[in-house]
Amino acid sequence: MSQKILLTAKEVNIILHRLACQLIEKHLDFSNTVLIGLQPRGKFLAERIKHILETEYQVKSIELGFLDITFFRDDFRRGEKQLEANKTQIDFLVEEKKVVFIDDVLYTGRSINAALTAIQSFGRPSEVELLILIDRRFSRHLPIQPDYRGRQVDAINNEKVKVCWVENEGEDAVYLI
Amino acid sequence: MKELSVNHLLGIKYLVKEDIDLIFETADHFKEVINRPIKKVPSLRDITIANIFFENSTRTKLSFELAQKRLSADVISFSAAQSSVKKGETLIDTVNNILSMKVDMVVIRHANPGAAYFLSQNVKASIVNAGDGAHEHPTQALLDSFSIREKLGEVGGKKVVIVGDVLHSRVALSNIYALQMQGAEVKVCGPKTLIPKHIESLGVQVESNLKKALEWCDVANMLRVQNERMDVNYFPSTREYAQQYGVDKALLESLNKEIIIMHPGPINRGVEITSDVADSHQSVILDQVENGVAIRMAVIYLLASKIKQ
Repeated sequence: MSQKILLTAKEVNIILHRLACQLIEKHLDFSNTVLIGLQPRGKFLAERIKHILETEYQVKSIELGFLDITFFRDDFRRGEKQLEANKTQIDFLVEEKKVVFIDDVLYTGRSINAALTAIQSFGRPSEVELLILIDRRFSRHLPIQPDYRGRQVDAINNEKVKVCWVENEGEDAVYLI
Repeated sequence: MKELSVNHLLGIKYLVKEDIDLIFETADHFKEVINRPIKKVPSLRDITIANIFFENSTRTKLSFELAQKRLSADVISFSAAQSSVKKGETLIDTVNNILSMKVDMVVIRHANPGAAYFLSQNVKASIVNAGDGAHEHPTQALLDSFSIREKLGEVGGKKVVIVGDVLHSRVALSNIYALQMQGAEVKVCGPKTLIPKHIESLGVQVESNLKKALEWCDVANMLRVQNERMDVNYFPSTREYAQQYGVDKALLESLNKEIIIMHPGPINRGVEITSDVADSHQSVILDQVENGVAIRMAVIYLLASKIKQ
């Protein structure tokens, strides 16, 4: 299958630093802000952003959690394949906190919709923002837009955006397949 | 993606090892869900489940209802004592009447072995067996194994003794199937009158001396003496049963290792186990109850995902 590279490792690195800086601009010392990586693939991005904030910008004690939205999805029993759950790990309450959802690709917006419902199980956040590495515009089913965006991509429907991380695929890169 | 090999949960006998693994993995996620501040997920909001209990039950019925509600299913429950069954309606008629109210899944407990299987052959709904006579009680066996796995890391290679009224126990049979499927060794121990003939044909060893059985095992599953199913006397007196097959603190402390004590409930305190054993740190009885909800959520979720729209 042919694949086209959208972002190289170097570009991914630059974008991650920009996103981290944009977060600092808005949230300063993160004293009332928590980061939530959406399982399964937002986890890697969230961990990277946290690492950059801590090591390069000396922002300490950032709370990071991982949210699995499987049981909140709106396509249960509708698809051919069964949904597979992942681990949710949120060891804090989000009550009155500013929550930043972190995911690799924003496509239809349905995952984010499910995440907005799921996060309510952990309290009522004071506000929720969305950080996305790749925004596939013109493909939204719901009125959901990112607050922090890595790169905007026009992809037609049968094309797929694949985000690779050193942690799971051995390299940092984004491909259009 | 993995899915169950069956459309109904009628007994452990009909499952394969991969089904049990899948149920446990899913139950791990649900255990995390039921420990959240808000313990509910919306997965089954378009599923309706009927709980039909022709036999008394507290724990199992509450556990199933809670599991269904935690998954956001619509639930209707009925007990035979208040129903038209008393007026002479047959099982199939009762259930078909309920199904015509657009019910997707039926959880049934019945005094007759095979009742759940019979229903699965005759009605159009996903059936979950919540105990059929002295035959099987699959969700109890699953939660027992899940509790062993949680405590000891895995079930495979562990030694489990099932003590007491094996003859009248559906918990015992389901446990034997489940434990063996996962690679555990199983012994049964109890008065000869309460051990079924030919139980060895299931690959189970019989031990009549309780102390020896406890010395051998990692886990002791203490069954309840089911007085309600006994038409004749199977042992001379409750006191004699407690002396020979009851576990007390002194007996536990005389063993050369620390074993895990399980009980499916309800406990006859002072008969199968004494109060100090039931409330000791070796007992996982209340963990079993908590795990019961997670296991039943997993079973219902996995079966519901196979119901086509």
